[in-house]
Amino acid sequence: MRRSQNWLAHTVLILGALLFALPIWLAFCAATLDPAAIDRGELSLIPRLDHLGSFWDVLVHGGPGVPPVWRMLLVSFGMALAIAVGKIAISLLSAFAVVFFRFPLRRTAFWTIFVTLMLPVEVRIIPTYAVMGDLHMIDTFPGLAVPLIASATATLLFRQTFAAIPDELVEAARMDGAGPLRFLKDILIPVSAANLAALFVILFVYGWNQYLWPLVVATSPSLDTIVIGIVKMIGIDTSTEWNKVMATAVIALIPPVVVVLSMQRWFVRGLTEGEK
Amino acid sequence: MATLVIEKLRKSFGPIEVLHGIDLSLQSGEMLVIVGASGCGKSTLLRLVAGLEEPTSGRIVLDGRDITTLDPSARDIAMVFQNYALYPHMSVFDNMAYGLRIRGLPKPEIQRRVHEAAALLGLEALLARKPRQLSGGQRQRVAMGRAIVREPKLFLFDEPLSNLDAKLRVSMRAEIRRLQRRLGVTSLYVTHDQVEAMTLGDRLLVLHLGLPVQLATPMEVFDRPANTYVAGFIGTPAMNLLDATLTAGGTAARLEGGMLLPFADGRREGADGRKLTVGIRPEHVRLEPGGVPLAIDLVEPLGSETVLLGRMPDETMLSVKVHGVWTGGERTEIAIPPASLHVFDAQSGLRLDPLR
Ligand SMILES: Nc1ncnc2c1ncn2[C@@H]1O[C@H](COP(=O)(O)OP(=O)(O)OP(=O)(O)O)[C@@H](O)[C@H]1O
Ligand SMILES: [Mg+2]
Repeated sequence: MRRSQNWLAHTVLILGALLFALPIWLAFCAATLDPAAIDRGELSLIPRLDHLGSFWDVLVHGGPGVPPVWRMLLVSFGMALAIAVGKIAISLLSAFAVVFFRFPLRRTAFWTIFVTLMLPVEVRIIPTYAVMGDLHMIDTFPGLAVPLIASATATLLFRQTFAAIPDELVEAARMDGAGPLRFLKDILIPVSAANLAALFVILFVYGWNQYLWPLVVATSPSLDTIVIGIVKMIGIDTSTEWNKVMATAVIALIPPVVVVLSMQRWFVRGLTEGEK
Repeated sequence: MATLVIEKLRKSFGPIEVLHGIDLSLQSGEMLVIVGASGCGKSTLLRLVAGLEEPTSGRIVLDGRDITTLDPSARDIAMVFQNYALYPHMSVFDNMAYGLRIRGLPKPEIQRRVHEAAALLGLEALLARKPRQLSGGQRQRVAMGRAIVREPKLFLFDEPLSNLDAKLRVSMRAEIRRLQRRLGVTSLYVTHDQVEAMTLGDRLLVLHLGLPVQLATPMEVFDRPANTYVAGFIGTPAMNLLDATLTAGGTAARLEGGMLLPFADGRREGADGRKLTVGIRPEHVRLEPGGVPLAIDLVEPLGSETVLLGRMPDETMLSVKVHGVWTGGERTEIAIPPASLHVFDAQSGLRLDPLR
């Protein structure tokens, strides 16, 4: 009974894994084919190992109309990092204020933050663009990241985490003489470290995948993110060098995967472990 | 070593007043135990002294200094919490050292104090562990250690043993007493536990609905409860409280069933028929052939003792504690020794002392 259940579970899991891995494998193989072959629709499941050079080629030289991939990776990495770190810093502080301090209009402040959940960048893109214009941040690196930093989701998450911290722990710290910032640094952040790491991973991937806002706000090629780069490489009128597009796409996967893997232990703990 | 004086301390949460004016005075090195039913304001009193809540009015003076409005960290008070409130991410050493580091003590001094406290509490081998790697009793010790290393003027304990199993509670109780005596730190100790209340304190404060009802030594509270509330609250099983009236001349109480209970210690004031409540502890009721018949409804063996719950002829309930195992069957006969009688006014519930 148990054995057969395990067996079934494993089959489902393996099939699922294959299903998710297949497109990536296809992209990897396609990166090693002739550009013309893909145009003819000849996909192969066997990579041509003598053509692995296309990866190196895009990494160093880029493709038609885009800067070298290493540059775009750098821009994407910077943007994703700024968004993740910025979101965490801001929501950490706002959740800290909302949970641990009694100030006038506390509830109003909280609900205002909550309501912004309904206003993602896609909805407020025109006013946001106007504001960025007034701040002379169009086509600059801060312009890429700053509007994406405000985050109600992360604030709500931290609020939940903080609310689960026993009052007595807070009071013990007060009696030990820890002021608010000390409490934040010495107790709150270490105690919520697992949640913090999990959130960092999610937000990093979120930042990495941004498309619409970077497309709108940045025009100079030096600010092309990897996602924008891939789209740009798919020419509309010119013929597309699909092997380069695929190589870039595969390379673009690597940094988020590295982040997820390196934070995996923390990530899983943050998602599965309740407050003790 | 410090004295603690609390004057007319009141606390309201919104419109609801929880503490209605507490006056207290502790001598240097004294341990005062606060007992009372759940919700009577014990924790609130402690938190006011700690500075975790602000009093509505009143004054708190520690060692001659008015600390009523000071920040908790500036009061030189350490508190041991019921659920220990250890920092989960810090080692035992860091848990104890944290407050000292914030206060900017030099490293060698911190080392010395933590190791001394650890030695005192038998925690030396555990200094590198995290709280989650400790048993309940060990966590409790760390919480004590954290209070001790501060070398404060006042210890506050809020039901520190209530999360421990019965056996551990007994040994920790003795240990707290030993430590407190040895360190000589003035202490306030809140508890639900009868035995803790009786054994731990130099004096006992019984709180009832936010008012102090009796402040005396534990034995005094047990022997001469100030009112019917204290009488019923202290002692297990609870004291029997029976309705009665004063006889003419004030020399005896007459139970509802007509039974006369003469006062051994003197006359009580009042007219014939004054309504009284008389109290008799279950362990003071005597089995006496030829006495008042008692129909036994329930027998509760406690091991070395047995509690009998019975009815007197007039249907008044009476509990009786007897030694050993009960073999007496469903009926017995009892007597109430006059010397063990407690007399209260039925209306106010206050103790009625004999006239002199
Ligand atoms: N922050 C608060 N806001 C409103 N009411 C409160 C607050 N804290 C305590 N109270 C009320 O004050 C009363 C006394 O509470 P307190 O915690 O002091 O009781 P306690 O004697 O310690 O009870 P227990 O033995 O159950 O711990 C209770 O009725 C409680 O509901
Ligand atoms: Mg309490």
